[in-house]
Amino acid sequence: MSIFSFWKKEEDLFDENITIEETRFVVLDTETTGFDYDNDRILCIGALVLQNSVISVQNSFEVYLQQDHYDKSTAQIHGILKDFIIKRPSELEALQQFLDFVGDSVIIAHHTIFDVTMINKALERNNLPQLTNPRLDTAHLYKKTLIKSHLFERKDHYTLDDLADKFDISKKDRHTALGDAYITAIAFLKIVKKLKDKKEINLNQLFK
Amino acid sequence: MKNTISHRVADFLKNFPPFNFLHPKDLEKLSEQISILYKDKDAVVFTENEKTHDSFYVVHKGAIALKKNQKNDTLDMCDEGDIFGLRPLLAQENYIMEARAHEESILYAIPIAVFKPYALENRNIGNFLIESYASNTRNPYSDIHKDKLYGDDIHDPLQSNSHSLDLQPIKYSKKIVTCSPSTTARDIAKLMTKKKVGAVLIVDEMLPIGIITDKDLRNKIVTGDFPILTTAETIMTKPVITYPKKMTVTEAQMAMMKSNISYLCLTKDGTKNTKAVGILSKHDVMVALGNNPAVLIKALKRAKKVKDIKPIRARIMQLLQGYLDQNIPMTLISKIITELNEACTTRVIEMSLDKMSSPPPVKFAWLALGSQGRSEQMLHTDQDNAIVYENVTDVFREETKIYFQKFASLVNKGLFEIGYDYCPAEMMASNPKWCLSLNEWKEQVHYWITNPGKNEVLLSFIFFDYNLTYGDSEIVNQLSDSIFESIKANPIFYVHLVSGALQSPSPTGFFRQFLVEQDGANKDNFDIKRRALMPLTDAARVLILSHSVKSISNTAERFEKLAELEPNNRELYLSCSYSFKALLKFRTKQGLLHNDSGQFIALESLSKMEKIKLKRTFKTIKELQELISVRFNIANVV
Repeated sequence: MSIFSFWKKEEDLFDENITIEETRFVVLDTETTGFDYDNDRILCIGALVLQNSVISVQNSFEVYLQQDHYDKSTAQIHGILKDFIIKRPSELEALQQFLDFVGDSVIIAHHTIFDVTMINKALERNNLPQLTNPRLDTAHLYKKTLIKSHLFERKDHYTLDDLADKFDISKKDRHTALGDAYITAIAFLKIVKKLKDKKEINLNQLFK
Repeated sequence: MKNTISHRVADFLKNFPPFNFLHPKDLEKLSEQISILYKDKDAVVFTENEKTHDSFYVVHKGAIALKKNQKNDTLDMCDEGDIFGLRPLLAQENYIMEARAHEESILYAIPIAVFKPYALENRNIGNFLIESYASNTRNPYSDIHKDKLYGDDIHDPLQSNSHSLDLQPIKYSKKIVTCSPSTTARDIAKLMTKKKVGAVLIVDEMLPIGIITDKDLRNKIVTGDFPILTTAETIMTKPVITYPKKMTVTEAQMAMMKSNISYLCLTKDGTKNTKAVGILSKHDVMVALGNNPAVLIKALKRAKKVKDIKPIRARIMQLLQGYLDQNIPMTLISKIITELNEACTTRVIEMSLDKMSSPPPVKFAWLALGSQGRSEQMLHTDQDNAIVYENVTDVFREETKIYFQKFASLVNKGLFEIGYDYCPAEMMASNPKWCLSLNEWKEQVHYWITNPGKNEVLLSFIFFDYNLTYGDSEIVNQLSDSIFESIKANPIFYVHLVSGALQSPSPTGFFRQFLVEQDGANKDNFDIKRRALMPLTDAARVLILSHSVKSISNTAERFEKLAELEPNNRELYLSCSYSFKALLKFRTKQGLLHNDSGQFIALESLSKMEKIKLKRTFKTIKELQELISVRFNIANVV
């Protein structure tokens, strides 16, 4: 059989019998003080669970973190003021709560690399384990739904606003962590539907 | 836990009964415990006789069809803000209907355990539910009670065609235009023009005392019998004939006939001693009586928001179904439906123009491309469109471009809202490449014709079937002339067009079996668009261009014209025209059946007869393809 193993592609992440529907996804978004992985800090983490095409409002996660670092220029985007206080846990507490919430679920975000790196940097500072969950990125998945044609120029980057416009999702809570997570979740559902229309796909194929 | 999403949910629910009766705090609490469900088109929410879920549902986006008995009879259609699946929960019995997503939908699932205490505590909610269901207990499926769950004012257009008109509650206009007895005739006329109504109610301390209609103004003021500053009191028709608001269509019709009037005033208890709640016009009765093109066009003209157009589109589809059922000739059907679809688009364009802060800086034309341009689009499909505007001097170039792009984005969004999906290849006027001045278009087309690569040919295929939807026809004429000139100067372009036209995949395989799709959601289905309709459309385009015939873009009509121009091929062309219409009808029927574009056909659902009919058209396609490949052979051109 060894001769065949040469043809074998990279190892599948999941048992092929697991469907996309039954998988527990955690869709997340963070609001940060900026884009510098080392100096900027997370102000808010919003996350929700998506399973069987259902989002339970009760079972969602929205925590504003206590931070010393603060950058006035980004406040215009996320609208989180430094003194804006609603039960604000320390970074350590918040991260611990978050790790419990995520468990071993598949993580989905828009430009996932940014949010996950931001969180991992914070975990590192607090001597907590890194996120090793499998990840999906709606920015990347969306590109897969686009038709391949020379007539049509793809953009290199599709923003969450682009997706919300294309899929007719209300942008009411844009730039709140949980609001963006919700838009991402609905966009993900619509992307999966589009991909399925093209070709029958399973969970593993989403990662390729 | 209170969070951004629960806010979002509450913000939506607060607009709809019975949630609008809830205290905002309670609504917040309720919203924290709901789940948000995503349903694909045709996904089942619950089936008939299924044990009840622990939640009932509110439609947030999309539409849910309630059906019974597998008969495919849609009993009710729930859209934004409508509740379903609640009665069985309260009655503690199994579901008696099936709920299925009519289109892609997002639902809110509200746990009954959370909701019930409010229903018991809050009298308004209790009453709402009792009123909704009490009437339903005896015969929950009777037509009279269909709308009851949503109050009296929401009327589902899908039902206006139902057979028991005499029992249907009538929809009346709740926005009553009123004025006081001392208003002058001139002000009243102004008011009526502004509000686009044909009648004004004269009220005294909220009670209706008279009515002034278009007819009163014509008979009393315009004739010169009364001066234009006469007060309402003097010229109004009185007393007002009043009726209770719960009228059926037939009752309303009878009442108007009896008193020979065109407007009824509806009051709270039906006498003129209570507040007026609505006005019912002859037009409302007409609308309720059924779908016909004239009524739909009128309804379109009256539409004030893009949102109002969507239900009208649904009724156009119904009309289409009716025509197909009655076996009316396809040529006629497609003319009427295209006309109506175009009227919808035109209305969206007009509304978008109103939304712009200034009128267009120069003349422009809105072009429908592809199947819409060919007037062959009957179902909800993708939008393909473009803008061409007058040439401007360099100084104004940027400014003009920005204006039209902004305008185009509004129109594209509006069309999306009424049911035309965005074009996946972005061939839409909001794309800067498809929103150009006349000279820019001329250059563009000239480039395609002189550099005919595969893409250029494809682009020309889509673009050359344009049709003016709105705006200035002179600009379009100039563009057409320029296209013909360029093609004449570059005959080699035909060769490319022909090879493009011959590239459509073959409909049948070696053993004359249908060739079906190999993969994807449409696996094992027959692609009627690409394999049968497109070869005909593409061939017709090449041939008609070679004859320099302007402004016929409909494929069937093109073949008829060709039959006239080339008497020796008359028979083939006529059979092409016939085949095309037959195929289009086929596609339309399939599309209506499945509420999609009808592009893919499940072969096992066809009868033997239908399959034979389909195959017969393939023979014609083959002959036509042979004809064009011989005629435009490279040897003949060079």
